[in-house]
Amino acid sequence: MEVNVPEIRISQPILPPESSLPPGKRAADASGAAPSAIRKFLLSRGNSAYTDLSFQYLMVLCAFSIFGIVVLIFVELIGRSRLAWDQFHFEFFYKIYTDATTNTVLFWDPANSHFSALPFIYGTLVSSFLALLLAVPLAIGVAVFLTEMCPGLLRGPLAFLTELLAAIPSIVYGLWAMFVLVPLLRVHVNPVLIASLGWTGLFSDDNPTGLGFVAAAIILAIMILPIISSLTREVMTAVPHSQREAVLALGATRWEMIRMGVLRNARIGIVGAIILGLGRALGETMAVTMVIGNSPEIHRSLLSNGSSMAAVIANEFNEATSDMHRSALIEIGLALFIVTVIVNALARLLVWAVTRGAPAQTH
Amino acid sequence: MRTEFKLRAKFRAFTDHAATAIAVLSTILVVTPLVVIFAYLLFRGFSSLNLAFFTKVPVPVGETGGGMANAILGSAVLLGLASAIGVPIGIGGGIYLAEFGRGTKLAYAIRFTADVLNGVPSIVMGLAAYSLVVVPQNHFSAFAGGIALGIMMIPTICRSTEEMLLMVPHAVREAALGLGVPNWRSVLSITVKTASPGIITGCMLAFARVAGETAPLLFTALGNQFWSTNLNEPIAALPLQIYVYALSPYDDWHRLAWAGALVLIVLIVLAVSLVRYVTSRGVLKGTS
Repeated sequence: MEVNVPEIRISQPILPPESSLPPGKRAADASGAAPSAIRKFLLSRGNSAYTDLSFQYLMVLCAFSIFGIVVLIFVELIGRSRLAWDQFHFEFFYKIYTDATTNTVLFWDPANSHFSALPFIYGTLVSSFLALLLAVPLAIGVAVFLTEMCPGLLRGPLAFLTELLAAIPSIVYGLWAMFVLVPLLRVHVNPVLIASLGWTGLFSDDNPTGLGFVAAAIILAIMILPIISSLTREVMTAVPHSQREAVLALGATRWEMIRMGVLRNARIGIVGAIILGLGRALGETMAVTMVIGNSPEIHRSLLSNGSSMAAVIANEFNEATSDMHRSALIEIGLALFIVTVIVNALARLLVWAVTRGAPAQTH
Repeated sequence: MRTEFKLRAKFRAFTDHAATAIAVLSTILVVTPLVVIFAYLLFRGFSSLNLAFFTKVPVPVGETGGGMANAILGSAVLLGLASAIGVPIGIGGGIYLAEFGRGTKLAYAIRFTADVLNGVPSIVMGLAAYSLVVVPQNHFSAFAGGIALGIMMIPTICRSTEEMLLMVPHAVREAALGLGVPNWRSVLSITVKTASPGIITGCMLAFARVAGETAPLLFTALGNQFWSTNLNEPIAALPLQIYVYALSPYDDWHRLAWAGALVLIVLIVLAVSLVRYVTSRGVLKGTS
């Protein structure tokens, strides 16, 4: 059934007839008082269909630039890492070399063209998950406090302070970690850890510098705390009040109300917030580079020096001598990009599922 | 039975109080690093902040009295370049999402991709800009740094512009269209102008975020020890200079790094506070 819908075009504007204007106004217009900019524009315009269409297409082009950025990153990174990929294929991510002279295990040796990304993947995963372990309980505690328990006057300033943590650039965190946190760990914390938890095999005393995975995990935890906590707060406020009131009406205490009425309903979103924090921790470069020790080796001890994917790129890229070295670093960057895209996409889907697809915060 | 009930009630009350205590404790534990970092930054940075910091270029190692003037200028140049790329395209994208594509699947995909791009590590953006600009040109340049920072700003500005434009009531748009204003003019002069405080604060937020980024500049703008305004040459940047100085073994450079970090953080805190203040006043108030 064809419905004939007339094409609506904004053509000549309909202006009020001259006679309907009050005499004073008409006289003023006739005597040459300048009409407003919009009025002049309306009087001069004809059909605006083409301008409207071209404007719309220009806006669509700008919007497509977002896709263009993703395509650009993929194309450039895949193109430049082709050299390393053609040589190593999937072995790049798990190969273990042996040093011929000392018979020790070797992973990353640019001088002899040994390239294996295993220590960096290990370092990224260990530092990120350790940071999550430290940050998630604190972040959820802060979110619960700010949403449910905080007196109203305190809520604004405290929320602002938590957001301020997110605004501090990572170089400042790295600077503070390098000059304050690492000496603190070296002198006070690490000996305690070695003495009390050394039997687990995870804390050995052969690295007296204070750098290492623990330092990186602590500074990463401070950095991902505000992300997890603000998203958790958003997800918790999205839970309808009827749920809270229903649980309270059944005789629950405040903590039971939070646990059963709010956290249980928001748990998908909280998982999404945690995964988003993980995504941020995986890609963090500057703060980690400055405190992780930058050694391309794998040790069981959490106090040992290590490296991460972003850290090795930041450190070695400008000094890379061979094309293969650069290509290997770009391949690590490509792997990092793919992993963070997957992690972020998963996290956003989970958070949107709870907040019902409403535009979320920009971080 | 009654004693069981009383015992259970006591246990529930105890867990309630314990949970409150843990929540308060975790809040204190979260706020403490912030206060400690700020205090230490003020303490270390303030003593080395003097006029020379803002007016002198770095001096050779071993001499004292240099400054970071070239880094501040370089940061300004890079941010100007990045804004020239990021702000128009980002606002255009936001206009599309809010005005023309509202509710469509394409808009959902763009919003999702923008959010995902916001979480991509900045060093990957730097690698892409290196591959796109530095390799064909065969030298580092401020252009490459500006492009790297600009493509980081686009998703952030796009999302915040969209959110601000969605807040403009339909009546405003319909009034303009009803008077015969063409759609493109109505969007630009009426809707965007109404939401402009919010859009500007969104741009400031992206600006503040990008101002502190170091990783994408490591191999695009590279850094420069001298005063340079040439866009085709490596250029210094404040966070980059802080990084180089922090990793050096010289005390004077460490002092400069702390001062630079203080300047950076003061600027960012000012920007964030301004953003908070303007958005709390609402979108439609105080418009021109």
